[in-house]
Amino acid sequence: MAFLEVEDLKVHFPVKGGIFGRTVDHIRAVDGVSFSLEKGKTYGLVGESGSGKTTTGRAIIGLNRATAGKITYNGHDITNLKKADLDVRKEIQMIFQDPYSSLNPKKRVLDIIAEPLRNYEKLSKQEEKKRVLELLELVGLSSESITKYPHQFSGGQRQRIGVARAIALKPKLIIADEPVSALDVSVQAQVLNFMEDIQEALGLTYIFIGHDLGVIRHMCDDIGIMYKGRYVEEGTVDDIFDNPQHIYTKRLVAAIPDINPENRREQIYYRQEVQKEYEQSYDDYFGDDGLAYGLKPISETHLVALPEKG
Amino acid sequence: MNHMWKFSVRRMLIIIPQLLLLSLLVFLMAQAMPGDALTGQINPDLDPQEMQEQREELGLNDPWHIKYADWITSAVRGDLGQSFQFKMPASELIWNRMVNSFWLGVATLIITYLLAIPLGITSGRFNDSLLDSSITGYTYIGFATPIFIFALVMLWIFGYQLGWFPTSGSVAPGSDPGTFEYIVSKINHLLLPAISLGLITTVNTVQYLRSEIIDTKQKDFIITARAKGASESRVYNRHIFRNSLLPIAAFFGFEITGLIGGTVFVERIFGYPGMGDLFIQSVLLRDYTVVTSVVLLFGLASILGALISDIILSLVDPRIRIK
Amino acid sequence: MNEKLLEIKNLKTSFRIEDQYYAAVDDVSLTVNENEVLAIVGESGCGKSALAFSLMRLHNRAKIEGDILFKGDDVTNYSAGQVNKLRGNEMSMIFQDPLTALNPLMKIGDQIGEVLLLHKGKFSNLNRKQKAISLLDKVGIARPEHVYEQFPHELSGGMRQRVVIAIAIANDPEVLIADEPTTALDATIQSQILDLLNELKENMNAGIILITHDLGVVAEMADRVAVMYAGQIVEVADVHALFGMPQHPYTRSLLSSVPNAESVDSKLHVIQGIVPSLKNLTREGCRFRSRIPWIDESVHEKSPELHEISPNHFVRCTCYKNFYFPDEKKEDKRHGIS
Repeated sequence: MAFLEVEDLKVHFPVKGGIFGRTVDHIRAVDGVSFSLEKGKTYGLVGESGSGKTTTGRAIIGLNRATAGKITYNGHDITNLKKADLDVRKEIQMIFQDPYSSLNPKKRVLDIIAEPLRNYEKLSKQEEKKRVLELLELVGLSSESITKYPHQFSGGQRQRIGVARAIALKPKLIIADEPVSALDVSVQAQVLNFMEDIQEALGLTYIFIGHDLGVIRHMCDDIGIMYKGRYVEEGTVDDIFDNPQHIYTKRLVAAIPDINPENRREQIYYRQEVQKEYEQSYDDYFGDDGLAYGLKPISETHLVALPEKG
Repeated sequence: MNHMWKFSVRRMLIIIPQLLLLSLLVFLMAQAMPGDALTGQINPDLDPQEMQEQREELGLNDPWHIKYADWITSAVRGDLGQSFQFKMPASELIWNRMVNSFWLGVATLIITYLLAIPLGITSGRFNDSLLDSSITGYTYIGFATPIFIFALVMLWIFGYQLGWFPTSGSVAPGSDPGTFEYIVSKINHLLLPAISLGLITTVNTVQYLRSEIIDTKQKDFIITARAKGASESRVYNRHIFRNSLLPIAAFFGFEITGLIGGTVFVERIFGYPGMGDLFIQSVLLRDYTVVTSVVLLFGLASILGALISDIILSLVDPRIRIK
Repeated sequence: MNEKLLEIKNLKTSFRIEDQYYAAVDDVSLTVNENEVLAIVGESGCGKSALAFSLMRLHNRAKIEGDILFKGDDVTNYSAGQVNKLRGNEMSMIFQDPLTALNPLMKIGDQIGEVLLLHKGKFSNLNRKQKAISLLDKVGIARPEHVYEQFPHELSGGMRQRVVIAIAIANDPEVLIADEPTTALDATIQSQILDLLNELKENMNAGIILITHDLGVVAEMADRVAVMYAGQIVEVADVHALFGMPQHPYTRSLLSSVPNAESVDSKLHVIQGIVPSLKNLTREGCRFRSRIPWIDESVHEKSPELHEISPNHFVRCTCYKNFYFPDEKKEDKRHGIS
């Protein structure tokens, strides 16, 4: 039994239109996504804007309502969870993209980090403060931070505060939605290293949502590539980076700028080849509606939305 | 363009429920008032038995929804009932007043914009300068001054002390409609109330325009315009003013709504025979037929004002048309 | 030999914070040659965008000292009229966020037309329209006649960035400043825009200044690279030398903090501390020294200068000679230049 299992998840948003503002259509933000994930691993959800990767993450944690499908966490069905199942709910937490807007500027760090504790656990003032101090130490912030406000911290430090809040309830699964996208490279490195450290220390499982393939490759064990609400390819890091099969995955991989200027020519050549292939085979890989086909296994770990026709 | 049509049609359809709600509220308000249409015309000698019969005959004992239906059908036909104070149909009474109020409104709007556009532009362009501080100072005074006090002061200074303007009425008595003197006299009577009201109502628009300009000034596309080599005057005229004036155009409809409140006081103080003046008179004399009719028309004007705003906005802003 | 297009000498751009001026760009000297891409790399707050804006004289309330010589002519002495003739014409700029860089209420065609009108007044309206359409075509926009009539909100982010580029190259500029041109874009769009810029570069003969924080973009585009830290250039070199033999501790830290194929099983290098804010910056001595506290104070210069350590490779401060990462042994540091 997998730790987290997502089966045929669909999240559709209604589109209002016409003269009376009726629901005329749906945006299929997530349109039949399935994957499963093992404890202690990091699973990468990759895609460009509008691919549905964030909506998938939000649906797992219950911030977006699933239109269809089933999400099973540790044997519990957590699809569209009701308030009654709080115990399961607190084991899954989220880290947000923007450390500048995701922390309430009017609250002290103590109150920010203690908020989930106050929601779920009844602690005395002393116990609460003790827990917050432990958490601050764990994320590498000094104990004086407790009375400060978010604006007194740098971007990387704020992201640590966000992480401290997320791990306050000793969660088992953390959904990290582009946690380093708003940060500079050197700060990004701090946060990534630190996320790896606490994963090991606390035995966490991550769903890492991102668009930067370099970061994804560094962090993840398995990866799912999304395009317009569907999976186009899923596999291990090696499957995806060394043996990409779907044309969209190839384009994504080819688009990563190579950090070595000596490879410039090959890189441009590779990209042109992929672009040519993309133009020639677009119709094979995508249906008439421009969407990908269903996934088919090509090895034990590697699934690809291969062409159905022809 | 197709979208534009859809938007306008949809927007116009929205006013149907708005109108229904408005009429219903006005009707219920009228019902809540003591007495009915007969009360004002009662012959004290009338036998209570006969009165009951007349009530029955006039439909005054019908359930409320039938009375509402009757009232709304006659209102649509232009029959708003009888004013007991003037002993004439309310519609006839209101019509003359409405024309006067309309011209007062037009004059006030012209003055409002004549002041607001240069002041707002200057204030926004040179924000935090001495000039800007003086203009915003004026707007704060405008916000703080109650219109009825300001109008009284204006009337006292320019009407009674300096004698530059007539102090009441909408036209000099004895002038013949249609003559040149008549028109001049009309304008002359209109000017002081319009200026008094305009000076106060304009502060909203000045402030709105000022903040629009300051906001637009900091937009990225203004940097793009400068980077193209556009001179400062071009940057202001082609990009900043244009983009800031468009929302002001849309504000126009709401301005109409705002005017209604102002005219009630101003017309009363200047003895200008418009709808506002009529409204206060009728309230004081409990001429309920007229009161409800005026409230209905004020409400109608507000709904139309909002409609005009939205349609103007959709015309000038390409982003709205798409919805 | 390529001609020097732009020569920046001791440029200092200062902003006023509470009655005092603080230099965001501090004593920067650089040259940009014809047919060359000079990348300026650094993290947020290092002064790279302030530098770009100074070159175009786009700052509203900054104090600018030093010289900016455009083909020998000092731009800092230009009148407003002269600056307007230069901007969008001989010197132009591409901006970071295509979603906000275009006027939302103006048709695409008019926005391109404006830059032509300002500098090529002699064009007739028809010629101008034709030229604008051919520019849209040149930046890879399909159906340019159709897009000419559209408004910005009707285009995707990538398309809008192409329009911004079309505006920038409309009058065949000699210096093109690209300020984070791909940062706001999706990966596949980013690579398309980079390819477009590379293609334009081939046929333009212009000097391109590429401002970015993305080292991958630098590796793909640049001929020469200047690394900025805390308002100063800390290292300038040919792109191959900079990536192959980075010297300054900051450059080396930056490069090793980028996740890549080799870093998968190891930890990324981290620079301690944070980038100092404009107000809290210590301006004496080596500005990077507080970030590498394990290096002895004595290895830093008192007033560090740029030293030419090999032809056209400049490094600020001599501390690079003694720099090693804390997890490396001092003896086996990567580069033994001494």
